Amino acid sequence: MRTITGVGVGRGAVVGPVARAHPVPTVPADAPAPADPEAAAEQLGTVFAEVAETLQARADAATGTLKDVLSATALMAQDAALAGQAAAKVREGVAPSRAVQEVAGQFIDMFTAAGGYMAERATDLASVRDRVIAQLEGLPEPGVPALTRPSIVVAEDLSPADTAVLDLANVLGIVIEKGGPTSHTAIIAGQLGLPCVVRAAEVAELTDGEEVAVDAARGTVIVEPDEEVKAAVVARRAALAALAEDTADGATSDGHGVQLLANIGTAQDAERLTDAAVQGVGLFRTEVLFLDAQTAPSEDDQAAVYARALTALGERKVVIRTLDAGADKPLAFVTQPGEDNPALGVRGYRLVRAAPELLATQLAAIGRAQAETGGRPWVMAPMIATVAEAAEFAALARDAGVHTVGVMVEVPAVALRARDVLAEVDFVSIGTNDLAQYTMATDRLRGELVDLLDMWQPAVLDLVAMTAEAGVELGKPVGVCGESAADPVMALVLTGLGVTSLSMSPAAVPGVRYALRAHTLDVCRQMAAAARGALTAPEARAAALDLVDPKVREVLALD
Amino acid sequence: MAERTVAVASKVGLHARPAMLFTQAVAASGTTVTIARPGQPPVDASSILFVMGLGVKHGEEVVLACDDEKVLDDMVAMLATDMDAE
Repeated sequence: MRTITGVGVGRGAVVGPVARAHPVPTVPADAPAPADPEAAAEQLGTVFAEVAETLQARADAATGTLKDVLSATALMAQDAALAGQAAAKVREGVAPSRAVQEVAGQFIDMFTAAGGYMAERATDLASVRDRVIAQLEGLPEPGVPALTRPSIVVAEDLSPADTAVLDLANVLGIVIEKGGPTSHTAIIAGQLGLPCVVRAAEVAELTDGEEVAVDAARGTVIVEPDEEVKAAVVARRAALAALAEDTADGATSDGHGVQLLANIGTAQDAERLTDAAVQGVGLFRTEVLFLDAQTAPSEDDQAAVYARALTALGERKVVIRTLDAGADKPLAFVTQPGEDNPALGVRGYRLVRAAPELLATQLAAIGRAQAETGGRPWVMAPMIATVAEAAEFAALARDAGVHTVGVMVEVPAVALRARDVLAEVDFVSIGTNDLAQYTMATDRLRGELVDLLDMWQPAVLDLVAMTAEAGVELGKPVGVCGESAADPVMALVLTGLGVTSLSMSPAAVPGVRYALRAHTLDVCRQMAAAARGALTAPEARAAALDLVDPKVREVLALD
Repeated sequence: MAERTVAVASKVGLHARPAMLFTQAVAASGTTVTIARPGQPPVDASSILFVMGLGVKHGEEVVLACDDEKVLDDMVAMLATDMDAE
């Protein structure tokens, strides 16, 4: 058993045999002229026919789009002009591989120049060219081989053309030597729900048929896994499948409810949630409406967008955050240039000082969307620093007809005076990324300081705890809408601290729901106490993780 | 060599499935048929690569040429129907 490490995409795991995809062949620069041009030309004709036959056989075995793509490709391999012109060049003394490359190249250029549909066909033609050259040079068939059994596709990298012809019924997972978590292959694997590990350079040594266990959550590929590893994969697959089926509201095992909500940026995002198992939207970032605009969007335009989102979510909760621009999110029509410390400058709610009409228009638009749809959005302001600001915002929002008004807790000053702030508003929502940035005096955009920005920093946990305690005391909701809510261990700690809702990217919800369901509120409280008792961020996480149910750790690969 | 001009009836033009059906029919005829845009050099009509490479759209005219009048008539009739609709 040997472990190869890469970067995992998703949480899945799978065991299966390796099916290697081979790279595109290159024509040797010094390919010799054929000794017998006539015989070589004839042999080239045979190779074209064989390639066409192979492609046609694969087309016959396929269905849908894949069948069409392969049929068209097979037809190109039989094309009289392609094979005929290449053979003519060979008769003139050109090496067969080179002849194929040159003739196919002319057609590819012609197709590419035509654009659109024709340009897409250029890919099919390139595939014919590569197959013929590989066969001429005695190399393995390029691209993903025909899969005769469920396999794990291992490649240097996969092109969009390769992934387009993947026989999904037989692909268990994908491992590539190159690429990154945002590369084409990783994105496709994510969409297809296939366990995927990228940037695993050592898989270059793997050969066809070798058994491997791919663990996307850990980013590992285990070669020749033992029975224990295989059993763990089976258990994880069963648990992940069950967890995707679970659409119930978020709650601990003893029934303490914690709302599971989604973070969204557009009305389209809201529409995608129609059938999703989330209890609503915990953060609707409205700045997406503004960021690309050269002038402030009108009340009509905004009202239409908010109405669409409210309609999509129906009876479910929707928390709209008013414009959070400035700092790393500049706005063409309002950002003040030349701020020395933009993160500490006129951003978020503070824009009301420079351009009060922006907030007035936005609140009016929300009020209208509410009246038109019958929805009851919650509305909150970002970057509130004082009780007075919270009170001022609450008054403005209520004047616009908003029923439930809140503020974000991002500035430590607000966490420290959470009780007083909550007395003015109906709820608060903690933005953990900004709260960590301002507590630790650490720029969010400085990668080398990432350890200081850690949400597990004891001081940050203390501020979250103070805020949650104030909420419990006043009986008002305290949510968390930073990505830290997506970490199942942190989600348990936040629950233990008294947080009442967790908002995250929709894909993270099933894992958090499952973790919650496996622990009592009391255990969550113990985790919170253990984390707060630690002196460093890594110790805080380790202390909480120690109390996580072993099965949950296994299923979600938490370590 | 006899020549005929015909407008391509297929909605998608002489691409994809229509191009495939047409070139297969030409190849099956066993004679040489050429196809060209009016005033342009003719290309081998049995080659899907050449035919698709012409980029002929719905309603555009092409010139077919062939020694065998019967084959020529058949091929003209083929292009004059919407092959994608069949």
